[in-house]
Amino acid sequence: MTATETSQGAAPTTTRRLTTAKAMSEGIAQEMAANPEVFYLGEDVGAYGGIFGSTGGLLDQFGPQRVIDTPISETAFIGLAVGAATEGMRPIAELMFVDFMGVCLDQIYNHMAKIHYESGGNVKVPMVLTTAVGGGYSDAAQHSQCLWGLFAHLPGMKVVVPSTPYDAKGLMISAIRDDNPVVYMFHKGVMGLPWMAKNPRATDVVPEEAYEVPIGKARIARPGTDCTVVTISLSVHHATDVADRLAADGVADAEVIDLRSLVPLDRESIWESVARTGRLVVVDEDYLSFGMSGEVVATVTDRDPSVLRAPVQRVAVPDVPIPYARGLEHAVLPNAGRIEAAIRAVVGA
Amino acid sequence: MSDLASPRGPAGPRSVPPGGEAIDFVQLLTPDGARKRPAEYPLDVDADTLRGFYRDLVLLRRFDTEATALQRHGELGLWAPLLGQEAAQIGAGRALAPQDFAFPTFREHGLTWCRGVDPAQVLALFRGASLGGWDPAVHNLHLYSIVIGTQVLHAAGYAMGIQRDGHVGTGDPARDTAVLACFGDGATSQGDVNEAFVFASVFNLPVVFFCQNNQFAISEPNQRQSRIPLYRRASGFGFPGVRVDGNDVLAVYAVTRDALDRARRGEGPTFIEAYTYRMGAHTTSDDPSRYRPTGELEHWQQLDPIDRLVEYLLLTQTGDERYFAEIAAEADALGVRVREACRSIPNPLPESMFDHVHVEPHAQVDADRAWFRAYQSSFETAGGAA
Ligand SMILES: Cc1ncc(C[n+]2csc(CCOP(=O)(O)OP(=O)(O)O)c2C)c(N)n1
Repeated sequence: MTATETSQGAAPTTTRRLTTAKAMSEGIAQEMAANPEVFYLGEDVGAYGGIFGSTGGLLDQFGPQRVIDTPISETAFIGLAVGAATEGMRPIAELMFVDFMGVCLDQIYNHMAKIHYESGGNVKVPMVLTTAVGGGYSDAAQHSQCLWGLFAHLPGMKVVVPSTPYDAKGLMISAIRDDNPVVYMFHKGVMGLPWMAKNPRATDVVPEEAYEVPIGKARIARPGTDCTVVTISLSVHHATDVADRLAADGVADAEVIDLRSLVPLDRESIWESVARTGRLVVVDEDYLSFGMSGEVVATVTDRDPSVLRAPVQRVAVPDVPIPYARGLEHAVLPNAGRIEAAIRAVVGA
Repeated sequence: MSDLASPRGPAGPRSVPPGGEAIDFVQLLTPDGARKRPAEYPLDVDADTLRGFYRDLVLLRRFDTEATALQRHGELGLWAPLLGQEAAQIGAGRALAPQDFAFPTFREHGLTWCRGVDPAQVLALFRGASLGGWDPAVHNLHLYSIVIGTQVLHAAGYAMGIQRDGHVGTGDPARDTAVLACFGDGATSQGDVNEAFVFASVFNLPVVFFCQNNQFAISEPNQRQSRIPLYRRASGFGFPGVRVDGNDVLAVYAVTRDALDRARRGEGPTFIEAYTYRMGAHTTSDDPSRYRPTGELEHWQQLDPIDRLVEYLLLTQTGDERYFAEIAAEADALGVRVREACRSIPNPLPESMFDHVHVEPHAQVDADRAWFRAYQSSFETAGGAA
């Protein structure tokens, strides 16, 4: 049993292992099979199966009426998805890279996120916006960002960010069934793609039947007592690797919390852990300023700063566009070395 | 449901057969090297110019092939091959006047070639060793653009600047200036591109929209972007559109030169669809076998842009085996130079990533830089641990 399964709370019904990409597309396929209102649209999602593997096999199973390769206009197909959702469909629109939200943000945050509010609750927009995030493979400043802090900042949409195969499937199913617009952000580095640096945690046991992972509930990825590392997405894997190593070396027994959702944010789980350990590290692959890391810290200090026994450590991307050069890119990303330094600093080791 | 309304998968039936035969376009050189002389595009090129085109095409193809190989050997992070599109890019690039300004996509290595950018500078960009690559003002060439279609609006805006500077329609050939906006068939679906058409049209901007229809947008065939030939869209926006054989360097040159002249004279925008084919992968991260119909590549290889020029040079006795051998040797030398230059590009200093975030010094970035320095030096004092 891995920490993933124990902390899931759900007893595994299978030992079948899937990559995160396969788990995600299986979740989509099961909801598409169960509900004719669900369809998928985006660029290269058909025969190509999504350039990061999010829709592998869907075209063969459901045909081009329900897995739609669109012309290259993000404004068009996200706007169309918004319209279809207001008509009662449950579309899933894939923005190939989150970085391209710039070309279609009006449809996302002025329409997808606000129609329910501005209709006095009369019109629902039950769609999912899937999008690939994250760097670490030399794709430069317009293809490597996480930007989840930005989506979480804008009211009206839920934001989920799975790190494991189990959560990728369960959160996808929850997102499709949710009556709110849900932004589903998958890090390329957790997908288990053959051509990317692979973390072993990108492949794990995934139940065959459809199941939900509740949106807005964090998960303890690794229990610990000396400090709390709050993080999300690929950084969960890095932080867990570092925490395991530091525990084995007798440096510190760090607890790693995988937020899984940013909206709603599970403030209670953050508080509960930090109140217990008294020490907080936040690891965030998004930019440092005005982002998730600050929000997590405020979650603690708003309630009672006196629980903190050491200054908080934030490991995030400094306020520069993400460089393309390998060495430079790895310097800005929250890598194992930086996470270790932060844990050591917060526990005074 | 009618056939037109039903979505087709990328490997689905094509409404336009691949290749040149059923396509009407401006052609000056057939795939067999026979010269055609359409009245609207008179072109008299001397022997040196013809040989210059040949040299450009061969050297460019070699540079591109070397760059693909360098990426395969881990020397570049990524490469976007132009294989098959050489004539389209050289034809357009050579039609530019020195003062004209061009906006490339990320595949426009032929344009950078024509604008005198050192191939090593292009490689430094793809190697991640330089931010920016080249100074646009030096080469009258904007930076590569990767977010699809965005540069087309910038081109229209740049043309607006030229217009306001009074560098249009003066009749002075050294002063009148045009802008070339490059993009692909996929980009024609973007709002940015269509909005650029609207603005160029109503403000009569000196811009030429140069679309290389290489038949694909990653895996999606161009029928996924349009039900009518792309060049015909122009008429709805109120300016001329023309389709040219994109594998015919003479035709692309003639058509682009004509459109640039119109723009410089103050007669407004033109849309050019250069009908060509991407013979390589979308980028080195792509696997075209997942979507390329069988036989299609072989078909287009019959229409190769270099082969037909060889035929024509032989036919007109402008080039012989000795000349071709000379150029082949020059290409080999370029290959060696490019490989060596690529491997000797120095790695950027890590701290350089904090430069240029803002125009002037910035407290937050300074703080981030200070953190980075301290973090780096923590390894030095710890004896290189971690
Ligand atoms: C706004 C935006 N959406 C999607 C992409 C991903 N993408 C990169 S290249 C490409 C296809 C572009 O096709 P086309 O315009 O025909 O140019 P080509 O690559 O064929 O030269 C796509 C979809 C992107 N870079 N930017």
